[in-house]
Amino acid sequence: MTPESIPRFAPGHRLHEDAARGRWVMMGPERMFVPDETALEVLRLVDGARSLAGIAGALAARFVAPEAEIAADVAALLEELRTKGVIQA
Amino acid sequence: MRPEPPLALLAELTHRCPLRCPYCSNPTQLTGAGEELDTATWARVFAEAAALGCLQVHLSGGEPMARRDLPALVRAAQGAGLYTNLITSGVLLDAPRLAELCAAGLDHVQLSVQDAAAAGGDRIGGYAGGHARKLTAAAVIRAAGLPLTLNAVVHRQNLNNLEQLIDLALDLGAGRLEVAHVQYYGWALANRAALLPSRAQLEAATAVVAAARRAHAGRLVIDYVVPDYHAARPKACMGGWGQRFLAVSPAGRILPCHAAESIPGLDYPRVQETSLHAAWYASPAFARFRGTDWMPSPCRGCERAEIDWGGCRCQAQALLGDAAATDPACDRSPRHGLLADALAEAASAGQDFAYRQFSESNIRSDGIV
Repeated sequence: MTPESIPRFAPGHRLHEDAARGRWVMMGPERMFVPDETALEVLRLVDGARSLAGIAGALAARFVAPEAEIAADVAALLEELRTKGVIQA
Repeated sequence: MRPEPPLALLAELTHRCPLRCPYCSNPTQLTGAGEELDTATWARVFAEAAALGCLQVHLSGGEPMARRDLPALVRAAQGAGLYTNLITSGVLLDAPRLAELCAAGLDHVQLSVQDAAAAGGDRIGGYAGGHARKLTAAAVIRAAGLPLTLNAVVHRQNLNNLEQLIDLALDLGAGRLEVAHVQYYGWALANRAALLPSRAQLEAATAVVAAARRAHAGRLVIDYVVPDYHAARPKACMGGWGQRFLAVSPAGRILPCHAAESIPGLDYPRVQETSLHAAWYASPAFARFRGTDWMPSPCRGCERAEIDWGGCRCQAQALLGDAAATDPACDRSPRHGLLADALAEAASAGQDFAYRQFSESNIRSDGIV
């Protein structure tokens, strides 16, 4: 993936509010996982329109953090999720 | 201690099915169409499940596509916030019907096959032309952009075709393949001698799965579990009785697992009178085998008590006539030898099946009396 790549959820995957347990879960075909706080912030910005750079920029502005560092973290996370079939880009 | 809420609901919408698989997981006493819950009741059940904490509903059967109101049921489950998984044989699925389900919000399809090719598949499923219809259904599912899991139920008569089943999953564009060994309850127990694989077959299959996982990593996920009859440890059935899942039968019984009605003496609540919440937290049937307090020796005090949860209650019932006994699949059970006896019997048994069927003697009435 490059900074211009636009990530989206693979078919059958979506973020879901698990109200009974006070958390968000990533639902997929006969599997689910619970993203940590950082991953959840990233996944909430995956909308099929924002690029990796756009996601990093939004997070950098929100958390007042260095954009290059955040961009590297976002890329690593989304790449991992891509190999697991959760994200397409 | 208050139990955790369940994660998923298995909704057995109907027992009707065009196929006659000799290992069908439905009870041997089948529910007729006239006893099935109506659309509004299922919609209420889905809302109750979501409120209780379920995240996913498996729409199953029988063949769930036999329900003409399936799009309305999917819409109700989706509206309640559940991830909707359709578990189907595919023989009633065509593009127009799938389009309705997609519009209703269906998330995923699990499609079963009985073998890798038509001759074996049609014989095992007891339905001429079924295999070809399944291939068409898979193409329709993929064309709609839905993720597909292929479910291959395996046993002695098709396990040697596992490589071809894996190729089929790849050809059909499935993202997941479940290699599901037959579980020997009900219909399958009656056909056990014709279905049990040999140790040599199992070892070859396990090696095929390992190689295929490496070869197709990132493209195809393969789920595979060593079957009870060749295992030393029992499966943690349903993740423990009343701990992670609940099922509702076509007639509305609320069950800890879809086979639980094979255990006599437990009074399962019905959705017509009891909420899923009350069933989960307050019914004696759900509490009966929950946790570890019910356990006999050798489960009691075993370091695996909270890993295996005593194995499967229905298997203990089916093989020992005592649902409260240690699952004989465990090699610490004093009755573990029963499984070796069954394997020895199967080694010299024939290939003929007693197919699943509706008949006057096995349709039950489960209505209010």
